[in-house]
This record gives sequence, C-alpha cells and structure tokens, in this order.
Amino acid sequence: MPSAIRLRGLEKRYGLVQALRGIDLDIAEGEFFALLGPNGAGKTTVISVLAGLARPSAGSAEVMGFDVVRDYRETRRNLGVVPQELVYDAFFTVREMLTFQSGYFGLRHNDAWIDELLATLGLVDKANAYTRTLSGGMKRRLLVAQALVHKPPVIVLDEPTAGVDVELRQSLWAFIRRLNREGHTILLTTHYLEEAEALCQRVAMLKDGRIVALDRTDNLLRSEEERRLELALSSDDLPDSLRGRVLSQNGRRFVLNLPEYGELEAILAQLRQADIRVEEMSLRQADLEEVFLKVMERAG
Amino acid sequence: MSGFRTLLYKEIIRFWKVLMQTVLAPVLNAWLYLLIFSHVLSAHIQVYPGVSYTAFLMPGLIMMSLLQNAFANSSSSLIQSKMSGNIVFVLLPPLSNFEFFAAYLLAAIVRGVVVGLGVLLVGLLFTDLQFAHPFWILVFALLASAAFGALGIVAGIWADKYDHLAGVQNFAIMPLTFLSGVFYSIHSLPSFWQGVSHYNPIFYMIDGFRYGFHGVSDVDPMLSLAVVLPVSLLMAWIALQLIRSGYKLRD
Repeated sequence: MPSAIRLRGLEKRYGLVQALRGIDLDIAEGEFFALLGPNGAGKTTVISVLAGLARPSAGSAEVMGFDVVRDYRETRRNLGVVPQELVYDAFFTVREMLTFQSGYFGLRHNDAWIDELLATLGLVDKANAYTRTLSGGMKRRLLVAQALVHKPPVIVLDEPTAGVDVELRQSLWAFIRRLNREGHTILLTTHYLEEAEALCQRVAMLKDGRIVALDRTDNLLRSEEERRLELALSSDDLPDSLRGRVLSQNGRRFVLNLPEYGELEAILAQLRQADIRVEEMSLRQADLEEVFLKVMERAG
Repeated sequence: MSGFRTLLYKEIIRFWKVLMQTVLAPVLNAWLYLLIFSHVLSAHIQVYPGVSYTAFLMPGLIMMSLLQNAFANSSSSLIQSKMSGNIVFVLLPPLSNFEFFAAYLLAAIVRGVVVGLGVLLVGLLFTDLQFAHPFWILVFALLASAAFGALGIVAGIWADKYDHLAGVQNFAIMPLTFLSGVFYSIHSLPSFWQGVSHYNPIFYMIDGFRYGFHGVSDVDPMLSLAVVLPVSLLMAWIALQLIRSGYKLRD
C-alpha cells in the first residue's frame, strides 16, 4: 500500500527553537492515524509542514507521493486541513466561504457537494448566515466543511474536538469515520486519548520534536503489562508471597500487578489460605492515557 | 487560474460589502477638501493660466484618494486575515505566490480606481474638468495604485498590529502626499522644499496625472513616467519577493 503521508528526517527550526528533530513516519492510504503528544511536542508543526504553512528546515515531507515544497499544488489538492484555531472570515456567509474555498481549489461548480456538506454537518439552516453569527460548534463544523470542499484523499484534523460539546463530538466522529470507511486517510491530533484509542488504528507519540512511540494502538495497549487487580481486603497485611506484587496500598485497599489473568486464581487461593476475605475486587487494563504517560516519562 | 480569479473576486467583494467605509467615506472626505479649499482659495490662487484653482486641485485630490485607498485595501485585508487567523484559508489552497500577489494587487488597484472615479464624479459637480490626455490619466492612475497596492501588501505582511499600519499611513504616506503638490504647484514652495519634492515619487504621480487633465504640469510627463514606472515595478517586485520568502506567512 503506497503512503498517503511520508516524512523522512523531517526537521524544523524556528529561530533557536528546534520544533522537530528528525521525524520518520509513513501513514498508509486509508489509515486512521493519531499523533499524540504534550503541548509543544511538535504535532502542529508536522501538520503545518504538510499543509505548506511552514517550510521544512531539513528532510522531506510527501502527501500522496508529492513533495510538499516542490509539488505544493498537488500536495495541497490532496490535503484537507481542519485547523486547530476556530478561525472564520466575518465578511462572508457560510455558503460564500464554501464557494470561495472551492474556487481557490479551481472548482467552479461545486454546489451539489457544498449542499451535501451543509446537510451532513447540520449547517443547512445557516447557509446564508454570516460566519460571525455562528456558535463555536457551528464554526468548527464549517471548518470541517471548508477542509472537504475539494474532496481531498488525505484529511488532517488538528485537535478538532477541543472545546466541543459531547453531542457534536459524537456526530463529528461518526462523520470522520464514514470518510475513513470511504477510503480517506485521516491524520488526527488530539488531547482526548480515549478518542485516539477508540478511533485510530495506529498511534505515534511525539515528545520534544521526536517520535517516542509508534505502533498499532492495540499493540501499544498490550505493550504496557499493566493489568491490575484492585482489592479491598479484610486485613491491611498481605501474605509474604503476594507482597512483591503490590503497586500501591491505602489501608486495606491494595493494587496488585497482574501480568496474566491466569494468575488470579492463585492469588485468591493464597488470600484464602491466609484467612483474608476479599470485600471488593476489580480488574483494570491499561488505557492509552496510561501508556501515554509511561512513554512520556521514559522519554523524559 | 481559477484559484486566482476567486481570490481576486473575494478581495473585491470584501471591500464592496463595506462600501460605506471603503468608497463613500473617502469620496466624502475628498468632497470636503474640495468644498473648503476651493471655496477659500479659488479667489486668491491661480496656479496655471486659464485653470481655476478647483480644477487644479481635482487631479491631486483624486490621486491622493486613489493611492491611499489602494494602500488601505491590500494592507487592511492582509492584516485582518493575519490577526483573525483566517489567512490560512488562502494559504492552504494550491495558489502560487504570484497568483496570491496578483490577486491582492489587482483588488487594490480596483479599489483605488473606484474611489478615484467617485472623487472625479463629485468633483465634476464643482467644476468643469478637461481631459486633455486621457491616456496619461489612465497610465498614472494605474501605476500609482499599483505602487501603493504593492506597498500595502508589504506593510500588511510586515505589520503585527493595526498600529503599525497607522504608522505607515500617518508618518509616511500622509506627509509625502501633502508635500507632493496636491494642493499647490511645487513652484510656489521655497527652493529648498522644491528640491526636496523632486525626491518624492508621489509628486511625479500627481504631476503626471495632472498633465493628463490640464495639459500643463510642473515637469515633463515623460520624466514623471520615468520615475513612476520604475517605482511601481520596484514596489511590486519587493511585494512579490516578500510573499515568496514566506515572511510572516509561511515560516
């Protein structure tokens, strides 16, 4: 499968600040990919380079096989970007914005697709409203529509659900999922790790301009052997054989390490033998947030 | 090509939608100048034989409004887009640097010429104007609005806040305009200031433009053209290079 996005040794300096320190990354066509990282890790810089808003200091970036600098017309035609900031042009109406945006991409009779976008994104009633009168959520949806006027095969969303209410977030993701099913490659940056966990097949974690983890989402979740057993017991002391497993203790509440589910039976047997009663029990598996924090700590 | 056409159209619609502020206000301004200066001064001053002071004043006023508005169009559009962040809407599409430049420049020329026409129409209510050499009128109108539209692109990209633009307008364009012979012939100035005026490109824009109307001017219109044409080309070149460099647009 050819790469929709291909970064090789990508570096970006802003004056003295080294925002990207050599990024290598391939995102295949049709993938749903998340770029995670703390603020200032370089996520938006990667997107800026892909979109032609920033120029690489070294290395290269390609979209659908086209170089973002040399073949900028092709890369921009192949890319739809939903920017992080809630930007709009107060002079114009929703329909005007979408018509202009189509025109910039050389599309002159795009009304059918614009109507479909308006309908899908729930903006039909607002088609002739000035953009400054839209609510925050509607402005966000308009940005999505603007990014899609030219039906780009690769769609980049930079923190698209920041500050967006739950209902809109759900409908936005349903729409993005549909686009992905229809074959669009999706690159997403987000702070909501549960979103990346639910949506994305692969994840790259960025820190200080470097990729510190890159894997399938399920592999990353498995890689952290963080199955935990949370217990509330009748005693605040454990048999010696179990002490090595303790991750934390708070009175009679214990968190034990549990690499394999199969060991649960043995643990319970040892407790019974020591005459300790289990009052509450729960099993927890690592979520992406924990993996994320661990990876960041290690990369520290 | 159609990307360029859309951006040009958008830039024209942008000022057309706020006509009151972008066209009618400057025309009203010029009308006030005309009313006051021509009323107060016309009995006392005759700059060129056979040309009333009001008729003398007209080309200068038109040119002043034209170049101020050409500058205002590109500079205000760019700084507004930069400050609100919606500049990304024109940076993300596959427009070349030249298309970007040409769209902003042409829209500025259109705004300058539209305002200039407005001032001309208002002026015709006050005085009879001749159009001795319409070709020169057109050449100087286009070159001057191009020079200032390009300067507006440069200023709009460079400025980080409206205050910077106001600085350029009030400390560069206004003084240069008022010291360029809008309201007088530079021959009526003390010789030192006459000499200084010869280094002011706006003087040549107005003088050449005035020649187009009255057939008389302070200097030969060919000399004016020889100054104004390179100045316009230089400004346009600087604006295009600035866009190409990505300065403050694509870092």
